[in-house]
Amino acid sequence: MSVNLHSFTQYAPGSSRKILDNINLTVEDGAFIALVGPSGAGKTSLLRAIGGLSPVYAGQLLIDDLPIGHSDLPKRKTGFVFQNYALFRHMSVARNISFGLDVLPRKQRPDRAAITARVQDLLELIQLPHLADARPDQLSGGQRQRVALARALATEPKLLLLDEPFGALDPIVRRTIRRWLRELHDKLGLTTILVTHDHEEALDIADRLVVMQDGRIVQDADATTLNTSPQTPFVMQFLGETLEFAGKIQDGQFIPEDTDALPFPVSEKNGKTIVFIRPCDVQFISGKGMAHILSRSRNPNGLYHYAVQTTQRALDITTPMPTEISEGEQFGLDISHGKIFSNLP
Amino acid sequence: MFFLRRHTLPGFPLTFGITLLWVGLLVILPLLALLLRPWQDGTAAILQTLHDPRVFAAFRVSFGCALFAALLDLPLGILLAWTLVRLRPPGYKIINACIDLPFAIPTAVTGITLATLYGPNGWMGKLLAHAGLQVAFTPTGIVIALMFVGLPFLVRTIEPVLQNFPSEVEEAAFLLGATPFQKFYRVILPAILPATLSGFGLAFARCIGEYGSVIFIAGNQPFRSEIAPLLIVMRLQEFDYSGATTIAVMLLLTALLCLGGVSFLRLRASRGLIMEETK
Amino acid sequence: MTTARFSISRFLLCGCSYAVVLLMLLLPLVLIFTEALRQGLSAAVSALLEPDALAAIRLTAFVTVIVTVTNTLGGIAAAWCLTKYSFAGKRFLIMLIELPISVSPVIAGLIWLLLFGQEGWWGNWLAAHNMQIAFAVPGIVLATLFVTFPYVTRTLMPYMEQQGRDAEEAAFLLGANFWQTLWQVTLPDARWALLSGILLTTARAIGEFGAVSVVSGHIPGVTETMPLHIETLYNGYQTVAAFSMAALLALCAMSTVLLRTLFEHSFRKQPS
Repeated sequence: MSVNLHSFTQYAPGSSRKILDNINLTVEDGAFIALVGPSGAGKTSLLRAIGGLSPVYAGQLLIDDLPIGHSDLPKRKTGFVFQNYALFRHMSVARNISFGLDVLPRKQRPDRAAITARVQDLLELIQLPHLADARPDQLSGGQRQRVALARALATEPKLLLLDEPFGALDPIVRRTIRRWLRELHDKLGLTTILVTHDHEEALDIADRLVVMQDGRIVQDADATTLNTSPQTPFVMQFLGETLEFAGKIQDGQFIPEDTDALPFPVSEKNGKTIVFIRPCDVQFISGKGMAHILSRSRNPNGLYHYAVQTTQRALDITTPMPTEISEGEQFGLDISHGKIFSNLP
Repeated sequence: MFFLRRHTLPGFPLTFGITLLWVGLLVILPLLALLLRPWQDGTAAILQTLHDPRVFAAFRVSFGCALFAALLDLPLGILLAWTLVRLRPPGYKIINACIDLPFAIPTAVTGITLATLYGPNGWMGKLLAHAGLQVAFTPTGIVIALMFVGLPFLVRTIEPVLQNFPSEVEEAAFLLGATPFQKFYRVILPAILPATLSGFGLAFARCIGEYGSVIFIAGNQPFRSEIAPLLIVMRLQEFDYSGATTIAVMLLLTALLCLGGVSFLRLRASRGLIMEETK
Repeated sequence: MTTARFSISRFLLCGCSYAVVLLMLLLPLVLIFTEALRQGLSAAVSALLEPDALAAIRLTAFVTVIVTVTNTLGGIAAAWCLTKYSFAGKRFLIMLIELPISVSPVIAGLIWLLLFGQEGWWGNWLAAHNMQIAFAVPGIVLATLFVTFPYVTRTLMPYMEQQGRDAEEAAFLLGANFWQTLWQVTLPDARWALLSGILLTTARAIGEFGAVSVVSGHIPGVTETMPLHIETLYNGYQTVAAFSMAALLALCAMSTVLLRTLFEHSFRKQPS
């Protein structure tokens, strides 16, 4: 199922504050996209709107080119997994999963045996066949998560909406479920939209990331594009650790305020600006400055960590490559791989 | 149709309609009739009713006794809530069940029971008579009946707040060297004050209007132990509807005014608490 | 935190609590049964089997059933409406629903006389059509409805508030309609709170005295409910009969309290 939003705007109830501001978004059939951003960015509001849980809005919201709520739109083709799973706590796992089928009008409802078989299939799929009669409060977080997913899948939806589905899980379970979810998406041919505040998770699982901030979409691109050409400083900072070097551009040269950072040629116009750079892109050039290494260490994931003292400040630099600079040796910082955002406010 | 479309969950028009019908027919309509009735016979009739010293005395008895009873219930309520939440002595479950008794036992049963218990031949009545105290058929009897009626309101409003009070705060106070008394007076009491006030307000409002549990023990002497609700009943028996309604409106309005005042105090108390937290 | 230093004060406080409960709450209860059984169990039972007593029990049961059903249905609708949606005037509506708690029972009776009594708004019309509401059973029902009005909503609302809307939204997204959501998702989950509210309504309906006393004509055997009959018996110095009836009501009250404690235990145990 495809989803299209055109200048979609939504206000906070009873006020003129915009929760979602002029959202334009296209999700093609079969895509797996992730909505990322800090909390309060409007990710969940957008997801709920796509799920049909926000009836008041301005703009257009089309599902398969039909406005949402349109009578021709087949019902139950959207599966929604809530952040806290919203399992029916008075029902068994099996009843939870079969709920979407149980509430079908009699004519469309499969018979009892078919429903039981479908539930059994789904329980196999989520690898919990032995827990059919358990109650939600007897399950662990990961198990609840999978039951919520099975419940959403029972009516064979084409569009799957997931709100922070890994939020309350421990890191190991998180990774397993993430991989499993991606496989499921490919196997069932779903269109999936996932909300998360964890960009690494999003980079790992989704085809495309939609970065949101203050109710707007700041950038909508795949992981590589986001890494190589972030649209705003915010996107760059959100996607990973960033160092900032303030300075000015004079006659095609960037001159940092930090005297140990080396000037480099740029094409932008004269004026004050800031260079944003990933720590691993900073290079140490021996003999060109007064910076020196205070301490060095190696992270458990194999990265090298340097605490660097320049004349003006202290910097933390993490990089996959070890440096040949030794203790006590002085050096300058080459920041020419950094990015200058000309659209800076 | 903006109004109907605003909600994601279905069923708003239906449930809202039922609720309005239910509230409208059973609460708004009759109370409207009550508020409009006194003006029917002109302001002179209202003034005449209000000038009656007997009415004035009945109000004094009702409000005075209710205030006394609610004030006396205050420490008892805190004590029982504290016992239930913190001390949990053996049999606290029985205490817990007993707290609700005054609320569940019909007022008429409470009335005849207390009248017998504190009457001249009752167990407590005889005991107190030795001490030279007469309870039944005096305002003291009214206060005792009202204390019985009002107690669960206080306990049940203080209890949940005490339950949700984080024990870390108390432990912090203890580690900072507060004595148990200081801990209670400076840490716990301010925290439960808003709830205590609203419990007090509820109990007080309830006591003002109480009828069944009071009339048997009160003796109902005009000017001494005659309560305002009883006066309404008597006026009704004399078919003086306008007098009865005037007293009723007065009683209702003053009770609501007291409730409003208490919730105002409560707001002040909780605001003070928030300010202290942010300091 | 119970170190030896606190044990003396703890002991004292617990002692005070026991004393308060014993003297204030339990002693009256004991007295009811002592007075009822003063002339033996058979006297108490036969007092309850008097025709007027039986009629009072029947009337009370009838009124209670109607009142409980009406207020439960209204209460569920109101609790759903007030917790699952947000709309303007919600606080005012809650205030109106809770208002009857603070209204004197006598006033709760009086208001219906002002509508349906001889002098009331519709008194003449009713008299012309040979219908009687005031000083008859319908009046008793109305007065009891008013007095027990808020209890179902009041017990259900905090629980449903804490439920949130997630389960309902999930059910709705899975294709359930309003009734399916209400009967299969919301109410089964809130069943203990609901039962507790219904019990409270029942208990107050059985025992209402002041309001009913104003609108009832006090005709023994016709418009006398159990509490009214107790008053008649007590004022007629039939102490044993009065206390037998009182004991019956006290038993009802005690079982209500007991069941509610059990229910509350059940619904507090559930994780939120």
